[in-house]
Amino acid sequence: MNRQEEPVELINENGLRIDGRRLDEFRPIKMKVGVLDKADGSAYVEQGKNRILIAVYGPREAHPKHIALPHRAVLRCRYHMAPFSTPERKSPAPSRREQELSKVIREALEPAVLSEYYPRTTIDLFIEVLQSDGGTRCAGITGASLALADAGIPMRGLVAATAVGKIAGQIALDLSDAEDKQGEADMPVAIMPKSNVVTLIQMDGGLTHEEFERGFDIAVKTCHTIHEQQKAVLKERYLAIKEEVEGKSESTKGEEE
Amino acid sequence: MSSTPHLPPVATIAQKTVVDMLAVGKRVDDRGLNDFREMKLEIGPIERACGSALINLGKTKVMVGVKVEEGEPFPDTPDEGVLTVNAELVPLASPSFEPGPPNENAIELARVVDRGIRESKAIDVKQLCVQPKRKVFVVFVDVYVLDHDGNLIDASSIASLAALLSAKMNEYEVENGEVIYRPELRTLPIQNHPVAVTLAKIGRSLVVDPSLDEEQVMSARLTVVSDKDGRICAMQKGGAEALSVEEVKQGVAIALSRAPEIRSRIMEAVKT
Amino acid sequence: MVAPGEILAEGRYLSGENTHREGERVYSSRVGVVEIVGDRLGVIPLKGPYIPHVGDVVVGRVVDIAMSGWIVDIDAPYPALLPASETFGHRGPRGRVDLSRIFNIGDLVVSEVLAFDRTRDPLITAKGPGLGKIASARIIQLSPTKVPRLIGRKGSMISLLKKGTGANIIVGQNGIVLVSGKSPDSENAAIRAIRMVEREAHTRGLTDRIQAMLRTRIRGE
Repeated sequence: MNRQEEPVELINENGLRIDGRRLDEFRPIKMKVGVLDKADGSAYVEQGKNRILIAVYGPREAHPKHIALPHRAVLRCRYHMAPFSTPERKSPAPSRREQELSKVIREALEPAVLSEYYPRTTIDLFIEVLQSDGGTRCAGITGASLALADAGIPMRGLVAATAVGKIAGQIALDLSDAEDKQGEADMPVAIMPKSNVVTLIQMDGGLTHEEFERGFDIAVKTCHTIHEQQKAVLKERYLAIKEEVEGKSESTKGEEE
Repeated sequence: MSSTPHLPPVATIAQKTVVDMLAVGKRVDDRGLNDFREMKLEIGPIERACGSALINLGKTKVMVGVKVEEGEPFPDTPDEGVLTVNAELVPLASPSFEPGPPNENAIELARVVDRGIRESKAIDVKQLCVQPKRKVFVVFVDVYVLDHDGNLIDASSIASLAALLSAKMNEYEVENGEVIYRPELRTLPIQNHPVAVTLAKIGRSLVVDPSLDEEQVMSARLTVVSDKDGRICAMQKGGAEALSVEEVKQGVAIALSRAPEIRSRIMEAVKT
Repeated sequence: MVAPGEILAEGRYLSGENTHREGERVYSSRVGVVEIVGDRLGVIPLKGPYIPHVGDVVVGRVVDIAMSGWIVDIDAPYPALLPASETFGHRGPRGRVDLSRIFNIGDLVVSEVLAFDRTRDPLITAKGPGLGKIASARIIQLSPTKVPRLIGRKGSMISLLKKGTGANIIVGQNGIVLVSGKSPDSENAAIRAIRMVEREAHTRGLTDRIQAMLRTRIRGE
């Protein structure tokens, strides 16, 4: 589908964005863990039109052996977009962008993984973007933390990510693809809220020093919010089972007596 | 797939020295924490290129060549010239560089340099249009790393700007959608001057323009590219560890304060 | 229940299993349930890879035959080495027997971990009571973190399952469980019970519910 991008009004007269959001709203995120059978850990993230599936295999034997490190696990990360994920079909071959993102995403998660527990192994992380609409590396990082925790890999903490940007001269949270293309800046940020450290920050566009500081603070706060949801999602399966059966036992005990 | 890198065996004594000295606020080569290494810019060493620059940043050597050729515009920007940046980590530059297609480090380097130039609109690409939808000029910026002693990003970014500023192409006229060249030379339409400043976090210190020894012990790095008006046009965090929120803000402030001096050094070198 | 990075305590506590300490604080390293023993904080993980310990009985599958033994996949991040000397019958009247006659690729073997440290792959033995090749069985794979619950205190849970279903159950510490019974019925009952333990390992009242479920089964026969 070939479309000429027509300039769209990014912020209307009511201060609302194309999808009706306010400037300081991020697209609600749907998170699920344990969605794949064969993977050791997995997660699925939906945010706006983004649909991202993440799988973790490992720690497992390193193949080929020479890539292994003697004192820790090697973390390998592949960020890849499906050919049907974008408005125009994308070639399946890894693009330079995907290669760069694979690197920065790996570096965003390395500080979180206690890789010293599993020397001479690899922990493989696969992020597949099934549908994309801006902010996929952030949603990918958020989901990757879930998948790693789901696999039972020891971690210092979870990593949450979001992007801030500038559209029509204003700082806005979580840009969609159209907003990124027509906007003036985009800055993805990943935080490990446990110690409030930044594991990823990139930016392209134009921001004054003041705009950067303001946007950065908003991004950090938002990551903390996303983090609360991540923790809840990891526990909810088990808490649901607990509620279901402990409630039942209480009532069956009552019946038998 | 991106993989945790195997760090080349470095004498741990050397590493420890870097860290120990920084703990008392000193750098191994006696620089201030916010100082760049000695920089030498040679303009135009490659005659065949439209523009070229060779930078010596400390012992790091990077050559950038600029070539301008006729080409087709991208469909979504039919009246704009095209910028394309490529970087090669040539094997002769370091024992850790292997021959082959650009790996993730070369790609990251190229893309960060690209972002600096592109997002600052350093090149007025509208002026590179010959005939909308059909023909534009393509500016190729090729970064060739010749000797890796740390901070390839800043070295490449500085040399790229110098090469672009000093590049010359033939004057031309457009007749019936074709380019007719004249013998006189003109510069490229450069309207902004992006400069990258990279800081490395070592222990609790942030140091500007890390040398290779410093890069090998750093926990993370932050690159901030700013333009002539002090606007931030690109940022990139690298490295397998994290930066505190405060360190990011501090790093940005330091980078913004150091860029103007580097910019004026580039302008000076290009003028002569 | 805690997630990685959540604070467990501040101050003079010891950092136990699946926790890590940063400064004054002890944090969880995994998703799991907090366990406090004295002043030692630990987390019982809900899921995770199997790390061999000396003395563990594990169930594995032979994946390769090497010069002096077999490489066995024990579903751990490291392949296990079973030396020929750690089996019976590896020496015949004319010296070394063809190893594939003892265990061939694809065979299921119950073995015990003899040695393991993080610098070398685990060494296992098939010499010992209850160890060796398993001809046939139903194979169930669980997260190794559930094995302690499946075995129970002093083996109470696994005895309950064996008695209640009449099936023979071999539990590998690596989360591989072998079930064989006189009838498919008894095997299925065992598998159902095992899956129930797996699903509800982190809840209270599990023993009662398993007992109730097995009683219903016996009544049903």
